[in-house]
This record gives sequence, C-alpha cells and structure tokens, in this order.
Amino acid sequence: MGPLSSRLFALESRRGWTVFMGLAAVLMLVVPVLNLVVPQDAWLHVSTFWVTTLGKFLCFAMLALALDLIWGYAGILSLGHGAFFGLGGYAMGMYLMRQIGERGVYGHPELPDFMVFLNWKELPWYWFGFDSFAFAVLMAMLVPGSLAFVFGWLAFRSRITGVYFSIISQAMVFAMMLAFFRNEMGFGGNNGLTDFKDLLGFDLSASTTKVGLYLASALMLGLVYLLCRYVVTSKLGRVLIAVRDAESRVRFLGYSVTRAKLFVFTLSAMLAGIAGALYVPQVGIINPGEFTPAKSIEIAIWVAVGGRGTLFGAAAGAVAVNGAKSLLTGIAPEIWLFFLGALFILVTLLMPRGLVGVVRQWHERRAIAKTSRSDSHASA
Amino acid sequence: MVHLTRKGRSGGKILGTAALGAALLFAAAPAAAEPSEADLHAALQALDTKKFKQKAQAIEHLGALGGPRVLEVLGALAKGRLYVREDGRIVIAERAGKQYTIQDAASGRSEPKAGKKELKKIKVNNRLRRLIRGVAGRLALFSDDPGQRLEAADNLIKNPKPQALPLFRQARDRETDDAVRAKLEIGIAVLELEADDPALRLAAATTLAEISDPDIHSLLKRRLQPDIEPDPAVRDALHSAVETIDRKLWLFGIAENLLFGISLGSVLLLAAIGLAITFGVMGVINMAHGEMIMLGAYSTFMVQEIFRSVIPPELFGFYLLAALPVAFLMSAAMGVLIERGVIRFLYGRPLETLLATWGISLILQQLVRSLFGANNREVANPEWISGAVEIAGGVTVTLNRLCIILFCLAVVAALAAFIRYSRFGLNMRAVTQNRSMAASMGIRTGQVDALTFALGSGIAGVAGMALSQISNVSPNLGQNFIVDSFMVVVFGGVGSLWGTIVGAFSLGIVNKFLEPVSGAILGKIVVLIFIILFIQMRPRGLFALKGRAAGD
Amino acid sequence: MHPPDTTVAPDLPEPHHIAPETLLYLDGVSVSFDGFRALNSLSLIIDRGEMRAIIGPNGAGKTTMMDVVTGRTRPDQGEVLFADRIDLTALNETEIANLGIGRKFQKPTVFENLTVFENLSLALRADRRILFTLFSGISPEQTGRIEQALETIRLTAQRDRAAGALSHGQKQWLEIGMLLVQEPDLMLLDEPVAGMTDAETEQTVELLHEISNTHSLVVVEHDMNFVRDLDCRVTVLDEGQVIAEGPMDAIQSDPRVIEVYLGR
Repeated sequence: MGPLSSRLFALESRRGWTVFMGLAAVLMLVVPVLNLVVPQDAWLHVSTFWVTTLGKFLCFAMLALALDLIWGYAGILSLGHGAFFGLGGYAMGMYLMRQIGERGVYGHPELPDFMVFLNWKELPWYWFGFDSFAFAVLMAMLVPGSLAFVFGWLAFRSRITGVYFSIISQAMVFAMMLAFFRNEMGFGGNNGLTDFKDLLGFDLSASTTKVGLYLASALMLGLVYLLCRYVVTSKLGRVLIAVRDAESRVRFLGYSVTRAKLFVFTLSAMLAGIAGALYVPQVGIINPGEFTPAKSIEIAIWVAVGGRGTLFGAAAGAVAVNGAKSLLTGIAPEIWLFFLGALFILVTLLMPRGLVGVVRQWHERRAIAKTSRSDSHASA
Repeated sequence: MVHLTRKGRSGGKILGTAALGAALLFAAAPAAAEPSEADLHAALQALDTKKFKQKAQAIEHLGALGGPRVLEVLGALAKGRLYVREDGRIVIAERAGKQYTIQDAASGRSEPKAGKKELKKIKVNNRLRRLIRGVAGRLALFSDDPGQRLEAADNLIKNPKPQALPLFRQARDRETDDAVRAKLEIGIAVLELEADDPALRLAAATTLAEISDPDIHSLLKRRLQPDIEPDPAVRDALHSAVETIDRKLWLFGIAENLLFGISLGSVLLLAAIGLAITFGVMGVINMAHGEMIMLGAYSTFMVQEIFRSVIPPELFGFYLLAALPVAFLMSAAMGVLIERGVIRFLYGRPLETLLATWGISLILQQLVRSLFGANNREVANPEWISGAVEIAGGVTVTLNRLCIILFCLAVVAALAAFIRYSRFGLNMRAVTQNRSMAASMGIRTGQVDALTFALGSGIAGVAGMALSQISNVSPNLGQNFIVDSFMVVVFGGVGSLWGTIVGAFSLGIVNKFLEPVSGAILGKIVVLIFIILFIQMRPRGLFALKGRAAGD
Repeated sequence: MHPPDTTVAPDLPEPHHIAPETLLYLDGVSVSFDGFRALNSLSLIIDRGEMRAIIGPNGAGKTTMMDVVTGRTRPDQGEVLFADRIDLTALNETEIANLGIGRKFQKPTVFENLTVFENLSLALRADRRILFTLFSGISPEQTGRIEQALETIRLTAQRDRAAGALSHGQKQWLEIGMLLVQEPDLMLLDEPVAGMTDAETEQTVELLHEISNTHSLVVVEHDMNFVRDLDCRVTVLDEGQVIAEGPMDAIQSDPRVIEVYLGR
C-alpha cells in the first residue's frame, strides 16, 4: 500500500469505516432504490419530494462540516458562513440562468429575464464564462474561497479572535445581503435567480434528475467528510486544536497561527461553496435571503446540537435540526421558532458537547459500570 | 370707482364699465373693514348670470369688497356650493341626505333646509376657478390673521405675476408683522427683477442674494440666460447673487447632513449604549439586545393603549412620560431573568453566550409575534413632539427627531453620572476591574452582574420607547438594530463609553454624508466595509485600552 | 567575554563589537504601558551555553523582558539582537520561535485537549509550514525522541492521557519537555518550579543542569533556594533596570539588592 492510501485507510477505525460504509450504502443505494424501483403505492416507496428534501439536508450537512472545521477544531465561530454557501449557490445559479437561454419570458438568447426587465443591453462582465458548467463549479469554490482568504487574511493577521471575529463576520454577511438586494448588482436583486430549466442538459423537473442530484450530494458529502477527516487527523488538525485551546502558546512553538487559520478558513469557505452549488439546483432558487445573518447563526446550532469538534456530530446535527424544522413547520410554523430558540439555549447550557457527547458519556458510564461489576465479580 | 346697482332678481345685470379689468383690481386697495351686508348682497346678486364674463366681473368686484365673508363665498363658489334660491337670493348649500342645508351667502345665517328643486347652482369653469384662486389669494394678503397673510404672500411669490406688484407694495406699507413684511419684500424683489428700471432690477438682485431658497436660486439663474438681462451691472449683481446663494445652499446642505447625521447617530447611540454596558463592561455578548429594545417599544405601545382606553383624552399626550419607567422596568426585568436564568452559567464562554442569547432573541420575537401579531403597531407621537422646526434657510427637522437627540444626550449623561457617582456604579466598576478582589471585599458579584445586566437592558428598553416614535413597532424591530449596535460598540472601542458616543455619532454622520452620493443602501454597505477594515487596523476600536492584559 | 565577578552592571560593548560568544543582546530596551515603565533602558547579555537566573521583586519587568525577547511585546526603544545579530524587534512570535528561542510560561500552558504525546509531537523540532503539517506523518526516529523526552520528564506512564488531566507539577514538566524536544538554542523559563513540591524542585534543578550542558538557559525565579541551587550567574532587575549582576554570593551582599529585594 502506498503512503497515501494507508493514510486514507487510517482515517477511521475499523468500526468507523463500517458505520461510514453502512451509511453510504443506505443513502446511495437504498434510498434511490426505494424511490425509483419500489412502486409508488407501496408503503416503502420514498417520494421524490423526500429524496430532494434529503438531498437538501445533505447539503446542509456539508455546510455544517465546513463550519465545524473552523469552529469545532480551530475555535473560530464564523457567523458569516451563509455568505460562502450563498456565493457557491449564486455561481451555480448563474450557470443555470445561462442555460435557460431563449426559453425565458422575454426570449432573449443571452440575457436572463431580470436583466431584460431592467433594460440592460448586454451581459455584465462577471457573468461571462458561466455558460460553462466547469467554470461555474470552479467559481463556486474559488469565489467563496477568495472572499474567505481576503477576509481571513485581514482578520487573522490583526489577531481578531473570539466574539470580535464572530461580530465582524456577521457584519460581512449582512453587507453581502444588502448588496445582493440591490438590482444594480446584476444578480436579480430581491427575487434572486430562479425558473431554472436544466443542468448539463438534464431537465431539472424530471425525477431522475432529482435523484441524480441527490446522489451527487450524497457522494460529495462522503468526499467532503473524508477530506475533513484527513485534515483533522493530520498534524495540522492537532495544530488547530492547539490554536483553539491556547493560541499564543502555538505561536511560541513556531507555528504560524495566522496561516493555519487562514488555510482552514479558506478550505471551509470552499466546502461551503460546494454545498451551496449542490443546494441550488435542488431547491430551484437562490436569493439574498441566504445571506440573512439569522441563517448563518442557524448553522452554528446544527453543529452544536450534533457535537462540535466531531465531524460525524456536525453532519448528523444538520440533518436532525433540519428534519425537526421540516416536521414542526409542517405542523405549526409558530412553534418552530420557539423550538429553535430553546435549542440554542438548552444545547449551550446542558449539552456543550452535543448529541455525540451525550452518547459518549453514556458509553463511558456503561463501560465503568461494567468494569466495576466485573471487579466485584472477581472479588466475590 | 365702479358702481354696481341692483337690477332685479332675474337679470342681476351689472352696471359696470368695460374698463373693469384685472389692472383695476390690482390697483384698488381692498376695503380694510368688513363690507356692509347690503353691499355684499348686491355684489353677490351679480353672480346670478349665465355669462362667464359677467361672473368674472362679479368675482373681481367681490374681491374689491374684501373681508372674510367674501373669502368664504369665493371658496364655496370654487367648490360648486353656491346656489341661487327660488327667491333669487344667493346661498351656500350643502347636501345632507336628500335635502340641502342652507346658509345665506351675504350674512352667513342658517336657513331652513331646501330640496334640490328649489336651488339653482352657479356654475364655474376652470378659468373662473383660477380667477377665484387669484382673488382669494390677494384677499388673504390683507387678512387679519398673520399666518394667512404669510401663506398668501408665499403663494404669490411662488406664482409671480407682474400685475401684483402694486398690491405687494400696498400690503408691505400696511404690514405690521416683521415675518410677513420680509416675505412681501421678497415678493416685491422677485417682481422687480423684471422691472423696466435697471436700478430697481439691481436692487432686487441684491435683495434676493440674501435669500437662500432653491426657487429664488433658479429664478435668478433664469434671468442669467442670454438675452434676458441686458444691463451688465445687473448681470454682475445676478451672478454674485447666484454665487452667494450657491455657497449658502452648500453650507445649508452640509448643515442638514450634519443634523440628520447627528439624529441618526443619536438613534444608533440609544440602541448601542445598553450594549456598551453589557458587552463593554461585562464582556457579555447579548444577541437579544435588540429584543430588549423591541420590548421597550411594545411597553410604550401598551401604555399608549391603556391611556387611550382609561385616561381622559386631554392627558393622552403624557403617555410617553408614563411609558418611560414602564419600558425601562420591563426590559430590565427581562434582563435580570436572562442573566440569572442563562448567562450566569456561561461566564467565560463568550461564544456560547452569543448562541444562547440568540436563542432567547428568537423566542422573544416569536412570543411578541404570537401576542401582538406580526404587523406593525402604531405608536402615536404626542402633540408636543409632533411637527417640525425650521432651523435656517429651509433646513427643517421634525420635532420628534430633535427630541430624540436631546433625549439621547440626557440618557447618556444620566448613565455616565450614575456609573461615576452612585454606589452601585462604584461596585460595578470594581467588579469589572477585579472580580475576585471585589468579592473578597464583600461586594456581591452575582448581584452586581444581574443589576449591571438589568441596567444595560433597561436602557435598551428606554431606547425602544424613543425609537417607537420614529420607526415601526414590529417584532423585527430589534433585528434592525442589532448589527448596527454591535458595529458602533466595536468601532468605538469595547469598554469605553466615550468610544461608543464618538462611534455612534461619527457613523451616523458618515452615513448621512454618504447617502446623497451613493444611495442609502450602498452607503450602508460602504460603512460596514469601512468598519470591517478599520477593525483590522485597530482591533480594539477607536478608544482602545492599552496594556499588557489587553494583548491577551 | 566574561567580565570579572562584580555586582556592578558591566559596561556594554557597542553593537558592532558584539562578541562571537554572545547569544542574546539587549541594549537600552524600554517599554511602557499607559505611562507605567515596565522596562527602563534595560541592558543584558547572555552568552552561548550560559545558564542565567533572573530575579527581582514583583513588577521588576522580568516577564516583560521575556515578552520583548519572544516578540510578544514591541519595545518602545532599544536593541534586541540574537545570535548573528538578528534584530528580534522586527520579528513576530512565530519567526522568533523558529530562530531557536523557546519559552515556558509562568502559568503552565499546555494543550489540554491533546494527549501528552501529541503535545510533545507538536513541539518536536520539524518543519513548521502549514502545508507540511497537513501532509507529514511522524517518523519512528521522531517517536523515539518523544519517548526519550517522556522518560526525562517522567511522564511515560501518562503518554496517552489528555494533558488537561495532569497535575500542576506534571504540566510544568510537560512544558519543559516540550521545550526539550523543540531543541531551541535559547530557552526562557518563567518560574519553572512554581507550585512544585520540594522533591520535584530538586529533580528540576538536576534536569536544568543537564539541559544547560547543551543549551543556553534564562530562568526567571522567585524561589531563592532554587536559584542558589542552580549555581549560575544571577541578574537582579528592579523597576525595569539591571541593578546587579554576578554570582549568588556577591548578589546577596550587594546593598542595593538587599534594599530593594532581599531586605524586604
């Protein structure tokens, strides 16, 4: 085995790999089969709506992994990750807009409807290239990555940490929201980008396309998870934890804290961008609402609920919280905010390590109980 | 002079001369005193004709008579409420159900109601309406009420007619009120700009240079267009007048931006000052701070509703005074609840505090939404802070904004004094500087924490009361201020009251100066980016505390 | 350059005359915080291979001096040179650490959520670049060096425990161990025996003597007995200045030192 493959293999324990593969099999084989093969009236059938909803959750799980990397490991709470997610989404949205072509309401071969409506005569320069899927995907990573790099470089270099970083990252996403609401920005203003038709030639309304997007999300989530796992188990991962626990001590050991943070912040932003790019074709719209500060804070609670500092916890937390949201807003929308608010309070007060922490504690207690029982057996 | 005699009720002919025209009326000074009822009656009868030309003459004649009755009659005529009764008298009638309520036009006395058949409407066309407006306007120039005279002079200036010049002069000579006289002088100067005598024109240009009004400015500029003003000296005077006004308007523009900036700054300061205490003094990030403001605004709303339903309406204006302690106590009580219930378990874990208080903010928003509905609630301005004040040269500021500036300064002064001189303020500062030392000296730090948080929250509530006077009261009220408040505190320097004050006012002023250049939203974005960049250069804000400890 | 044993501060040579054996050179260094002068034209020279103890009353500027050397605090004025006349005032903490200056803090700071072994592996002398840390593994040779250090600091049994679970003294030892594997040319130790038992203190003295064979050491300490046991040159600071320098015996009889420090 080469060094890289052995590193990869060492990412997880044997049990970890079993769980990972098991989950992958359920998500990537069982769900599509239940949707496509099992007849619609059978009780085991999973409707396409639920497949898409699950696909959305998987994107959120990716976003949660991205935030966990920077918050759970490096201790930097970004309240602006919605900006990176949104930018990734806009990059994909721009590609999908360009794909509409003459099928828009105004039938303009090049300009999206909202530009025709605004009486624009030609495509703004930053829309060029987005007719290519590869370019759009590249931009979905590069644009959030560059923003994070510049923002992070400025912030980390001047050692802005803790709540200060949180506050200015919130200001950043707030400024983005204001900017994208403006029609003059050329991203559809209030309404954002929507009415998409197809992606790479596949009809977005077709259920096979939806399942395909779902599969792509699941695959990507797996890859992102492994990548994050690689980072946190590397020496860099230990440097990050060290930064979280005693930042200045790390400097006196000779590590550049600024660069470590910058690397992981930029990586995290790019992962968030990927999540956004996969999210948009599944929900069919991207608008400045993604940049509201409230949405960015919500990501933190997904991570906190699952257990920050554990990748599995972050991803599971995203799915759990969003599942609860779907369920509760379906029953009684006003209850949802009470629930979410209570979640913020109770998790920080009572479950600082999240669900993963609770499960671990339970395991440890059982292990202790077991040993003490076997001890008493031995002495008897 | 024109003589009019009554000539039978059917005809209502006028024994007038053909020379009776506009010029004549401008020359004639309206009677100073109320015309006799008989004269009025006679003049009114002349309206009973089908010919618009004759009606016009009758209107002019009424104008020459003058007096408040004439004004009322002319108003009724313009609205189509002047009728001829069966007996031939002119009456003002208003529809009330199937009948009409009747009032004698000449005397103003009420008469028995009449049916539609008994009345014949005196019709007017647009030309007559214009005429009525002009005549009524001139009449108002000689009204007993200085306010009406001022308004009339204003209207005439806005719509200058050369014929009005003698009238203006006449009015000026008779005028006793300084403000109205000044206005009339402007009117005269405006008209004399087109006089034949260059000396008069020159004098007018010089007079008008003092008037920093955009309308006058454009009027002067119009006179500067080629081929209008032949005299070079007058042209020069016009030039310098335009320049003078330009400069003044520019200054007023700056003054206005400054004033609006200070007004916005005081709003920001009110919103942020409570945060400066909880974040600056205690180091606690309270994301529910905006909701403390919101609670204060809703408390004000509730006090207002109680006043509306229980207290006699003449005392309604005082509801704000009653709302002040209520808003403070409501928010302060909620603050204590939050501090004792949640925050105290999270000291030393600022990021967790941030998340938990965000949860509180969500719950409070939803709670208010469930109780009061998601829509805006109307909180009325009491009369004593309604209206606007003109500062100078057309710079007006609404009274409620002005009150907020004063109120904000009062709150800051009171707070500073409280922290500086009160026993509690001393304890608070002691706990901030060295918690364990303060505790060992017998200060109950837990109590101080709770009260400090209550103080910060209470002030946010008071801010909410003030903000209810200028913005919509809705469950989202707090959210609109949270990012701004944090920016103010961080920009000014955490832990520094001065920093917060300077931060709020400078951000407010910068915002208002940017707005005309870039538009409101882009201006806001620019300010946000500026703060983000500024924080990179001075991570501790404008008024940073330096020291070894500050580095950690 | 060894000036005769005297309690008078030695005349410092001009910068261009810095002797080749000089490792750390401070001249006229001043630092003030909000009007308080923490360092007042401080001058100090440490030679290669030397062990130096620095004592002084509270607020004498000992920790600030270390902050200046390690780049945490920028001096208002003065020269701070290291090894081949590298100007330390122009560098940040990371760069200075990579030059070969290691530091142990007054309050032991170890990474509580990492194991003892991981703490040492982070400190281990290796390429510090971020991309390298992303791809590098740990070689058997490096593991061996860590194991050896674990022996030295007597923490072999705690190898895989979280550092946060160690006792106060053990944390002090772990931090010294981290300095060891970092292999700096100059070690700055701020109160290394604070909170240690007598036995532990004795062991520490032994350890420091061992280390001083291969490294230059600056030890800031309050504990007089410990300083005497170190048996090295002593510098006394007061109000941000050097007031005396020499062997412990000479220091103890210096009237100024007695006045400001020992006499109290």
